[in-house]
Amino acid sequence: MSLAVPGLKVGLSRDDLMMRAGVVVLAGVLLVMVGLPLWALLAKGFEDRDGKFIGLANYVSYFSTPALFQSALNSLQVASVTTVIVVPLAFVYAYALTRTVLPMRWLFQGISLIPIFAPSLLPGIALIYLFGTQGFFKALLGDGSIYGIDGIVIAQVFYCFPHATLILTTALATADARLYEAADVLGASRRRVFFTVTLPGAKYGLISAALVVFTLVMTDFGIAKVIGGNFNVLATDVYKKVIGQQDFSMGAVVGMVLLAPAALAFLVDRLVQRKQVALLTARAVPLVPRPKFARDLFFTLFCLLVSAAILAILGMAIWGSLIKYWPYNLGLTLDNYDFAKFDSNGWDSYWNSVRMALGAAVFGTVLMFTGAWLNEKTRGFGMMRGVVQLLAFLPMAVPGLVLGLGYIFFFNAPNNPLNFLYATMGILVLNTVAHFYTVGHLTATTALKQIDPEFEAVSASLKVPIWKTFVRVTAPICLPAILDIAIYLFVNAMTTVSSVIFLYAPDTKLASVAAVNIEEAGTTAAAAALCVVIVLTSAAVKAAHLIADRFLFARLQVWRRR
Amino acid sequence: MTNYLEVRNLSKRFGDFSALGDVSLDVVEGEFVCFLGPSGCGKTTLLRAIAGLDPQTSGTIRQKGRDVSALPPAQRDFGIVFQSYALFPNLTVAANVGYGLVNRRQNRGAIAKRVTELLALVGLPDAGPKYPAQLSGGQQQRVALARALATSPGLLLLDEPLSALDARVRLRLRHEIKALQRTLGVTTIMVTHDQEEALTMADRIVVMNHGAIEQVGMPQEIYRRPATAFVADFVGSMNFLAGTLMAPDKVRVAGVDFACPVQDGLAPGQKVSLCIRPEDVRVRDLPADISNRVPVEVAELDFVGAFCRAILRARASADVAVTADFSSNLIRDLGVDIGTKLDIALPPDRLRVFA
Repeated sequence: MSLAVPGLKVGLSRDDLMMRAGVVVLAGVLLVMVGLPLWALLAKGFEDRDGKFIGLANYVSYFSTPALFQSALNSLQVASVTTVIVVPLAFVYAYALTRTVLPMRWLFQGISLIPIFAPSLLPGIALIYLFGTQGFFKALLGDGSIYGIDGIVIAQVFYCFPHATLILTTALATADARLYEAADVLGASRRRVFFTVTLPGAKYGLISAALVVFTLVMTDFGIAKVIGGNFNVLATDVYKKVIGQQDFSMGAVVGMVLLAPAALAFLVDRLVQRKQVALLTARAVPLVPRPKFARDLFFTLFCLLVSAAILAILGMAIWGSLIKYWPYNLGLTLDNYDFAKFDSNGWDSYWNSVRMALGAAVFGTVLMFTGAWLNEKTRGFGMMRGVVQLLAFLPMAVPGLVLGLGYIFFFNAPNNPLNFLYATMGILVLNTVAHFYTVGHLTATTALKQIDPEFEAVSASLKVPIWKTFVRVTAPICLPAILDIAIYLFVNAMTTVSSVIFLYAPDTKLASVAAVNIEEAGTTAAAAALCVVIVLTSAAVKAAHLIADRFLFARLQVWRRR
Repeated sequence: MTNYLEVRNLSKRFGDFSALGDVSLDVVEGEFVCFLGPSGCGKTTLLRAIAGLDPQTSGTIRQKGRDVSALPPAQRDFGIVFQSYALFPNLTVAANVGYGLVNRRQNRGAIAKRVTELLALVGLPDAGPKYPAQLSGGQQQRVALARALATSPGLLLLDEPLSALDARVRLRLRHEIKALQRTLGVTTIMVTHDQEEALTMADRIVVMNHGAIEQVGMPQEIYRRPATAFVADFVGSMNFLAGTLMAPDKVRVAGVDFACPVQDGLAPGQKVSLCIRPEDVRVRDLPADISNRVPVEVAELDFVGAFCRAILRARASADVAVTADFSSNLIRDLGVDIGTKLDIALPPDRLRVFA
């Protein structure tokens, strides 16, 4: 009811005051975590190396340097090609999962998610083992090389596949059986049903999947770093400018160039999603596919093929990590897991990752859920809530590298009172939570919107403070969503490379970053080993979540049973 | 009789849209008042303004002499029941009912005793340890009622409490809520779009339309003497015959003059509607000199169960049609069927005239 004409000055209850104070604090926190670092980045692009304002000079020099401009074109090319490959592949896979009768559906679904648990450099490393200079199948490539656009695209397909599949599975799962029955009764051919019912129903999912994949590829750093060879893309340029040449201003400019397509894709997606109306009304009858031998056989074979490819890449990384000396001595060993031999941090970087992921999961979940609740349930105060909403959505449009760069400029500024955070575990946690803020915020908001909007009115009439209802009722009801957010944060914190690569200190180095460093130093096997440890950890946490969800929480949530 | 609630010049606007326009209303202590009207008429807006949930744009509300106009809901004295029940799904029925009591630093024993008492009051003495999802809709609504009454509020607000229930449960709960309200004597305001609900439950009905009050009155008054054409149409069924006011007590419809009660507010020559309820149309034993006699032919006859609804076309002018309710007896006795020719009379004391 934000349109209400102001007139009467309404008194504020203690609840209102508390909630408003909470929203102000939240806005402040998000400003520090998201707004100000991005502002610092923007400002940096207009400065020379000594910090003097030079207007657009950096941008002019960027666009007049052919090598740099070529990277932008390369990024666009890789992103487009990957999107064109991944989206149809994921669509068929999602179609198989939702619209056909697959044997062991859950297994195929699970396998399709595997890449989410891996840092993006894992597929790059696996491809090096398979097709690199000393790869198993090098001969198949003839004169070609896996280093470059081909390698990047193959690895990106692996990396982006689960994201597209998840979106398209959701889009295809929400089908109304009555539409299909109506089409059948009217005598429409299967082809016609597909083009007039199935495809339009999944239209928004397809657009969304394409934009997500495009953005992921544009902004990913790990794959291009490992297997890009001399094929430069925007993400590697930022890294080279900042880490290699210490040219922060130019790094900021490349970051802004990287931000543009990601932000654009995000805006398009928001506009498209707004047009989407609920396809599934309360009355809809869910579609349950019936067995059909030829169709099911075809899709089962397709899923087997795709799953085999995913498992092959993962398996190659695991095998590679266990081999003594590729490709000359294929005997097995655990030596590559003795990380102290390859990196001064040894296993510490792994434990740093676990600590960071736990910190991000706990701090992030509390912040995101409480924040979403404050923003959703505060009466009035529209302006401030709008600011929070904007800051909560912003991270989705900002590539990790760009956000990380902004963090350097903002937190490392000598006059910033928060400077003490620089080079601590705290800044890694803060950055990771900020980077993944939007999805958590959306998950929490969706869960909150699904519960009865009158709970707060009831507790006000019963004179129970609103925070008490939050603790006793709202949060317990939303427990599944809260856990989803925590797991999402943990897994992403374990695997992320891009946003934290600028922010670690020697004693806070993370496993994913260590993997990049070790790979850079040429010890592919140890890098693979570190990636495998990360995959196992995040997959184990996800598995524990599923098991707990099935057995433990079912007992905690007796009240859901009828 | 003291006014428990005084609403004065209440307005609420959303942008250019006026949801409530200058509404004033008094509610007497212990009274059961229904806000009745079509969706979008402002009845829920008025209720939420009284609760402080969506404050008014201007105007004042006094509750028991205290100006509560600018107070947030937590500082007002009311219990509320919503159409969705808004029961806390993760708490037991007992915890739901005791939710507002726990905060008042009463000891456990006293709370448990009060909860038991309230559950007995709403007829669910054994529901305490269950969760809301294990109860039927009607039972859930009773729990919601017990929870709203737990803290003994001075004012009970019911926002379409029966609309989500099926017809049979709705009928039973109507009587139970009314009986409970009478026993406790708590001042109650209920919002509903169901005229039958309002007519059976309310001491007084406030009929609303387009953000304004059309009429306030006791159920019989509203039904018998609707103040406006809107009320006449919205509450019960009503025939509207287009005509012209010829004299203060004469309306001409299709060239025929009808005697009607004396109209003070209307000028002769004005276009008016002559109104009569279907059950007030007379057919049997018409005296020879009865006024407002009309020869008609039965055009349609719809069987509705307890009675038949007939559409009668005037034989003199096919444009004029009157709907009348005929009992099964009457149909049998007079041999009424489609095409039957009859004489009817529109008793002047049952006629209403609206501009």
